[in-house]
Amino acid sequence: MAALLEVEHLRIEFPTRRGTLVAVDDVSFSIDEGEVLGVVGESGAGKSLTGTAIIGLLEPPGRVAAGEIRLMGRRIDDLPYEEIRKIRGKQIGAVFQDPLTSLNPLYSVGRQLIETIQTHTDLSPTQARTRALELLQEVGIPAAERRVDHYPHQFSGGMRQRVVIALALCVNPKLVIADEPTTALDVSIQAQIIALLKRLCRDHGTAIMLITHDMGVIAETADRVAVMYAGRIAEIGPVRSVIKEAKHPYSHGLMGSIPKINDTKERLDQIEGSMPRLTEIPPGCAFNPRCPHVFERCRVERPELLDAGATRASCWLYAHG
Amino acid sequence: MAESPRPLVKVSGLARYFDVSAPWLNRVLDGQPRLILRAVDGLDFEISKGETLALVGESGCGKSTVARLVVGLYRPSTGSIVFDGVDMAGLGGRAEMAPIRRRLQMIFQDPYASLNPRWRVSAIVSEPIRAFRLIEGESKIVERVGQLLRQVGLSPVDGEKYPHEFSGGQRQRISIARALSSQPEFLVCDEPTSALDVSVQAQILNLMKDLQRQLGLTYLFISHNLAVVRHIADRVGVMYLGRLAEIGPKTTLFTLPRHPYTRMLLDTIPDLDMTGCKRTPVAGEVPNPINPPSGCAFHPRCPFANDRCKTERPEPKANETGSITACHAVEEGRPPAGPLPAAAA
Ligand SMILES: Nc1ncnc2c1ncn2[C@@H]1O[C@H](COP(=O)(O)OP(=O)(O)OP(=O)(O)O)[C@@H](O)[C@H]1O
Ligand SMILES: Nc1ncnc2c1ncn2[C@@H]1O[C@H](COP(=O)(O)OP(=O)(O)O)[C@@H](O)[C@H]1O
Ligand code: SF4
Ligand code: SF4
Ligand SMILES: [Mg+2]
Ligand SMILES: [Mg+2]
Repeated sequence: MAALLEVEHLRIEFPTRRGTLVAVDDVSFSIDEGEVLGVVGESGAGKSLTGTAIIGLLEPPGRVAAGEIRLMGRRIDDLPYEEIRKIRGKQIGAVFQDPLTSLNPLYSVGRQLIETIQTHTDLSPTQARTRALELLQEVGIPAAERRVDHYPHQFSGGMRQRVVIALALCVNPKLVIADEPTTALDVSIQAQIIALLKRLCRDHGTAIMLITHDMGVIAETADRVAVMYAGRIAEIGPVRSVIKEAKHPYSHGLMGSIPKINDTKERLDQIEGSMPRLTEIPPGCAFNPRCPHVFERCRVERPELLDAGATRASCWLYAHG
Repeated sequence: MAESPRPLVKVSGLARYFDVSAPWLNRVLDGQPRLILRAVDGLDFEISKGETLALVGESGCGKSTVARLVVGLYRPSTGSIVFDGVDMAGLGGRAEMAPIRRRLQMIFQDPYASLNPRWRVSAIVSEPIRAFRLIEGESKIVERVGQLLRQVGLSPVDGEKYPHEFSGGQRQRISIARALSSQPEFLVCDEPTSALDVSVQAQILNLMKDLQRQLGLTYLFISHNLAVVRHIADRVGVMYLGRLAEIGPKTTLFTLPRHPYTRMLLDTIPDLDMTGCKRTPVAGEVPNPINPPSGCAFHPRCPFANDRCKTERPEPKANETGSITACHAVEEGRPPAGPLPAAAA
């Protein structure tokens, strides 16, 4: 069975006066139907750009310089704007960190939902309104009939994010790209939104690419997780394996640096140094200046994703033969 | 508590109200009432020397306001802050404040906004030294700045650079170096790692612990992240809408939380050990502090709320576990003690 989404050797570049910046380099992964793929990494690792490229919203001069993105076997990275817009409406939904970027402050949430529904289906206005109400109820807006005509500013942050999720779900997309959907929310509200995303995924078979720097959110939500570092995937695999026994030295260090609620150790594990800027990515393995296991090959040759037991890691420690 | 020595910081009945009414004319014309926002509404806590007290709570519950009150950036509406036996409210002008101000410093959440972009790092770090005239002579100041930069894991040559040349974590190191330059005893840290990536956060938390041990520092540490708090704190206070729901030794609070809000918070923190595990998030939202719910402000979200909770505000009471809890149900022995089943899973 083909995967729902396939990303192969994706490379995203920004031409600048001082040369080309490679922000995402040779990134490959796939997402199956109904699967939640978590994407973690420090800020600047290339998470959002990868998501943006999939929905075709990369802002010029940023461009997909190499690789392919396929949805249900069909290539979508080289489509004209109008085509990708249609796919975005019908097959891929998006939820961003700041719900206000996805909502128009001048229209009531009901109007925004109804318009989106009508753009992509042939429901009548009354049917569309009924569907909008159902969606608001589904995402847990209390008294939806009363709230449907309210404007975005009349909702709290958590409620707005629910409305955005309703918008993303208008047309039963196959895939939702959620970029830091809970980062701006309070912990209690964050838990509500995570529960909502999980329920939607279960009830509708929607696949989710969940981008976040919060490993706790991933641990609770994702089936598999990709750890990104300096524009590349360091490790990808089942969520439990990556959390409990990360194979790549970076993801291993990352897990150790996270304070855990049930952990009473005196000091957190610490990765020395910091992630390089795009202009300073070293040759070979991008992590080599910080890696406790670095050896000769790491400084000259760039590792691809290699089998590392339960996960795949781009690390020469797992080169066999 | 009785035999413990005098606390370094003692806060009693601390409150800070903000007038958020519409301008006077609008109020008169539109007949709008005066609106008072009770950002902090009656807090009591003490911090012993060398100890870390952490305050946690959701956005808007008043954490930053407490931080600003404690370092003297806001004046309390009521209540008192006593630092090493000196009532801060009694201090009049700048001259009287200065000796105390030198001994307490603040570190802010945003390492981008809190450093002057046009100053070199050496000027930023030495500013408190100059302001309080702690060291005379330029070469001695330069030497001290170099020492401070090394202490926070930077290099003396970094003093020549500007803040924009540093990453977020390095900028937070600069903030810490600046805070340490007046040789304070007490640091108020308002979400010092919230803007940082976890791997950088680990570096800063480790650094803060090392410095505390080396210099005998006392911390008031503010955060919304319970896992961070568990790592850094000795005692923890949980705030809800300007009040302390519960305060107690860290281990007690995390293993035997009593207040329903503490238990809810513990239950909602996404944690690494939670893979695939189902939780039931609490319904409802953080209420508006301008018009807080009557009685116990948590009652609209509380599974144990009854009529008394809707009318009578619970006062903090010590309980047998060593923590202090403001909850009628706990006082009446209503909710089952110990962690909620899901939190223990
Ligand atoms: N100067 C001010 N004028 C009016 N209202 C204020 C002022 N400062 C804070 N508030 C209000 O007081 C309440 C508490 O604010 P505070 O900044 O202390 O919250 P916090 O717990 O630090 O929240 P966060 O987690 O978002 O930083 C909020 O409702 C806030 O809007
Ligand atoms: N418009 C742009 N021009 C130049 N560089 C960019 C642009 N947008 C993003 N980048 C760079 O690409 C890298 C990855 O960015 P992003 O995908 O937003 O990271 P993440 O979401 O993982 O924090 C970063 O180094 C960022 O600075
Ligand atoms: S390839 Fe080498 S430097 Fe890179 S993570 Fe593996 S061991 Fe470390
Ligand atoms: S006082 Fe009542 S409403 Fe408040 S936390 Fe306790 S039981 Fe719940
Ligand atoms: Mg991003
Ligand atoms: Mg704050």
